[in-house]
Amino acid sequence: MNEMSPTKSERAAALKGLGTSRKRVEDSRFTQGKGNYIDDIKMPGMLFGDFVRSPYAHARVKSINAERALEMPGVIAVLTAADLEPLSLHWMPTLAGDKQMVLADGKVLFQGQEVAFVVAEDRYIAADAIELVEVDYEELPVLIDPMKAEEDGAPILREDIADQKTGAHGARRHPNHIFTWEQGEKEATEAVLSGADVVAEETVYYHRTHPCPLETCGCVASMDKVNGKLTLYGTFQAPHVVRTVASLLSGIAEHNIRVISPDIGGGFGNKVGVYPGYVCSIVASIVTGVPVKWVEDRMDNLMATAFARDYWMTGKIAATKEGKITGLWCHTIADHGAFDACADPTKFPAGFMNICTGSYDIPTAYLAVDGIYTNKAPGGVAYRCSFRVTEAAYFIERMIEVLAIKLDMDAGELRKINFIKKDQFPYNSALGWEFDSGDYHTAWDKAMQAVDYDGLRKEQAERVEAFKTGETRKMMGIGLAHFTEIVGAGPMKNCDILGMGMFDSCEIRIHPTGSAIARLGTISQGQGHATTFAQILASEIGISADDITIEEGDTDTAPYGLGTYGSRSTPVAGAATAMAGRKIRAKAQMIAAYLLEVHDNDIEWDVDRFVVKGAEERFKTMKEVAYAAYNQEIPGVEPGLEAVSYYDPPNMTYPFGAYVCVMDIDVDTGEHEIRKFYALDDCGTRINPMIIEGQVHGGLTEALAIAMGQEIAYDDMGTHKTSTLMDFFIPTAWETPHYLTDFTETPSPHHPIGAKGVGESPNVGGVPAFSNAVNDAFRAFGVDHTHTNMPHDHWRIWKTAKDLGMHD
Amino acid sequence: MSKMHIKMTVNGKQVETLAEPRELLIHVLRERLDITGPHIGCETSHCGACTVDMDGKSVKSCTVFAAQANGADVTTIEGLGGPDNLHVLQEMFKEHHGLQCGFCTPGMITRAHRFLQENPDPTEEEVRFGMAGNLCRCTGYQNIVKAIMAAASEMNAAKEAAQ
Repeated sequence: MNEMSPTKSERAAALKGLGTSRKRVEDSRFTQGKGNYIDDIKMPGMLFGDFVRSPYAHARVKSINAERALEMPGVIAVLTAADLEPLSLHWMPTLAGDKQMVLADGKVLFQGQEVAFVVAEDRYIAADAIELVEVDYEELPVLIDPMKAEEDGAPILREDIADQKTGAHGARRHPNHIFTWEQGEKEATEAVLSGADVVAEETVYYHRTHPCPLETCGCVASMDKVNGKLTLYGTFQAPHVVRTVASLLSGIAEHNIRVISPDIGGGFGNKVGVYPGYVCSIVASIVTGVPVKWVEDRMDNLMATAFARDYWMTGKIAATKEGKITGLWCHTIADHGAFDACADPTKFPAGFMNICTGSYDIPTAYLAVDGIYTNKAPGGVAYRCSFRVTEAAYFIERMIEVLAIKLDMDAGELRKINFIKKDQFPYNSALGWEFDSGDYHTAWDKAMQAVDYDGLRKEQAERVEAFKTGETRKMMGIGLAHFTEIVGAGPMKNCDILGMGMFDSCEIRIHPTGSAIARLGTISQGQGHATTFAQILASEIGISADDITIEEGDTDTAPYGLGTYGSRSTPVAGAATAMAGRKIRAKAQMIAAYLLEVHDNDIEWDVDRFVVKGAEERFKTMKEVAYAAYNQEIPGVEPGLEAVSYYDPPNMTYPFGAYVCVMDIDVDTGEHEIRKFYALDDCGTRINPMIIEGQVHGGLTEALAIAMGQEIAYDDMGTHKTSTLMDFFIPTAWETPHYLTDFTETPSPHHPIGAKGVGESPNVGGVPAFSNAVNDAFRAFGVDHTHTNMPHDHWRIWKTAKDLGMHD
Repeated sequence: MSKMHIKMTVNGKQVETLAEPRELLIHVLRERLDITGPHIGCETSHCGACTVDMDGKSVKSCTVFAAQANGADVTTIEGLGGPDNLHVLQEMFKEHHGLQCGFCTPGMITRAHRFLQENPDPTEEEVRFGMAGNLCRCTGYQNIVKAIMAAASEMNAAKEAAQ
């Protein structure tokens, strides 16, 4: 080797592969205002659609008169259910096996429901025309509280299925009941509870909220009648699924539909579902023969598409006097709103709520979830979490704290006693999951040391004394959380959505001069896929990430995949990328061996080249191989260098983490100040540490919002009370704390590169950490006070202090 | 509805357009002038995705009538810098990972640009307060603050070097 040759580590660094904090390739266009989001798309002759929405939560629609609207200059059409019915498009299937009205068919079931679709020359005219559509409603009694859904005399919401005793997920016991989903062993768990030393009970409400990405949902439908092709641009987190559903609904053959997700301004689960706006835009484009755009405004978004959570979780947790947990029981009332439109894998109507045993070795457990219809918007999406995993993590992390109070134990110590031990992995949980890998004690100890946990508890005890002597009016809360996520849905043996298996894919083409393009079935909404997937590939095939283009979101060019949500891109499409890269390398090895005039087995891979074993001066780089693949006759080998992989994961991945929040609370004003937030995440192999940290910051801030103020609230009449950003809390830079991030690295044993996914962990772990801090601040002041529900806004915190007699 | 004749300077160029009196500046910029850097996130002045600079002040163009901008000097993200003359804020947002989905970024950078003229040497706390009119759902602001602090340092160093 001459002195000019780069060393092996220099060659590896030049690839900018796994583990590199590579700067993002997306940023140039975004920082210069050159992103291409849905509302930036403009087509010749394009019309604009907007909805007439219901002012009532429950009412019959007696008549709709669009005459005055149609007389208005610039109004092209007004669609109602009667117009869609001949096409059988007045209802559509939901992702959860239910059906949903596209436009009000005889009645409305939530405030903000789509009643008619006005198509006009511009958005101002459409907005004006909406006011001119006359709808005659007859109000009906409203059902808002899911606990009252099955009472005598409760209004029947879904008259269309009132007589159906069986739904998509088994037996229904009442017209307002959707399903009961049971996991684990009921009798065995009840036996454990009745014989236990200690049982702690609590009802924990995880309130209704909303993903609220900064960009709302929207689409542009363009039917080309000459060629019979439909092009649908939209804010779709799963473009291929949208294509298949659009084909099944419209009858247009799938090859004649092209779905394109352009740049997406955040998703967080909001953009997984199929919404009436998409169906109406497609129909309107078919009817008018020109492109039709529909983009929600913020009120539309918060009122009608994709709420999250709304789980009433009642738990019982049993333990020995020493604190060893022996059993867990959970019953959940799940408020699904007017239609069951959850975006969960088909076999999991309550998502992965059965991860609610958390990070703990709990031998016996039982979970039952009852889905209920109410007069609220449909949705039930996974807001920055895998399906219902945030609910599960919040439940168990609150139950642990409540148990600690009951046992008069330190909540940190209680967790340590019960963690699944490193040597127990792979671990089979009582509710049916096989946790792939973990090392909880190491992570926990690292976290406790980093924050000086013992010092914090000492300071807290001193603060309590100071409060009692009147020296301070500020309490101190220490919020602990250790979460285990379940992401990467999922294995086709148990994961599908509407029958579509939840694999994902990657297709790679190496160009003759040694650069490449890779296309995936996923779609970035800010996660930085164009940056990170190139890094995975760089490490696999020895081409610099800078020389690899990543493309997603165009169903005409990208291989079929199930999209991006539930932290599944890295676990599933990331695995497909690595596997496709390995196929490239396998073919490249044959070509390199031919060029080096040795047997395939006599060469080995070395960062970016194949070298002859024992003679590393004899090598062919991937770049040289690529050129030869296209330009040289290689006996027995087809020209070209391409590969595709469809990856069906053998298991989910199980990222975990240890979070600590230190909060000061003013008992007189209810205001809080987050003094410290420490987040240790273990997401397995780390692809791009810079992006991981950014994801953690963002996820924690969404958790902060949810825990401390954000909610979708209705009054008793079903009036939506939080439909603008005036009422729906989104933290600003001023309210957001500075976060400390840390990590351990426990690779997934079944993922090709050991990665687990991270985007949603901070929301899953963050919510209990913030909430536990608030609850912990009051632990010393009420023997019976074990829990207050979120969101912990100033009023609720003030009220807790008042109820505990702290204002006297 | 009858239209008004509106003349503005946008990103250093004289532009003229016809717009209804009720038309918002953001819609005139995006729909009539094809300047799509500023975005619409809320229509109620809360999110700041539509922030532009108007006569030396940050405004939320979703709540300014285009008619109010008649005769004004308007700067959007497109006017701050491009491929051949990147603004240091644009560089620092990339360098410090101050963006993810990018939807808030044009408004965020446009506001930061004005903020640093109002306060060229801010503390982290002042940055957080000065940027509180612009919401971001992805980043948790930590790296946005870092990027703005870094840009302030660079701009001040360049100013000193020039003196």
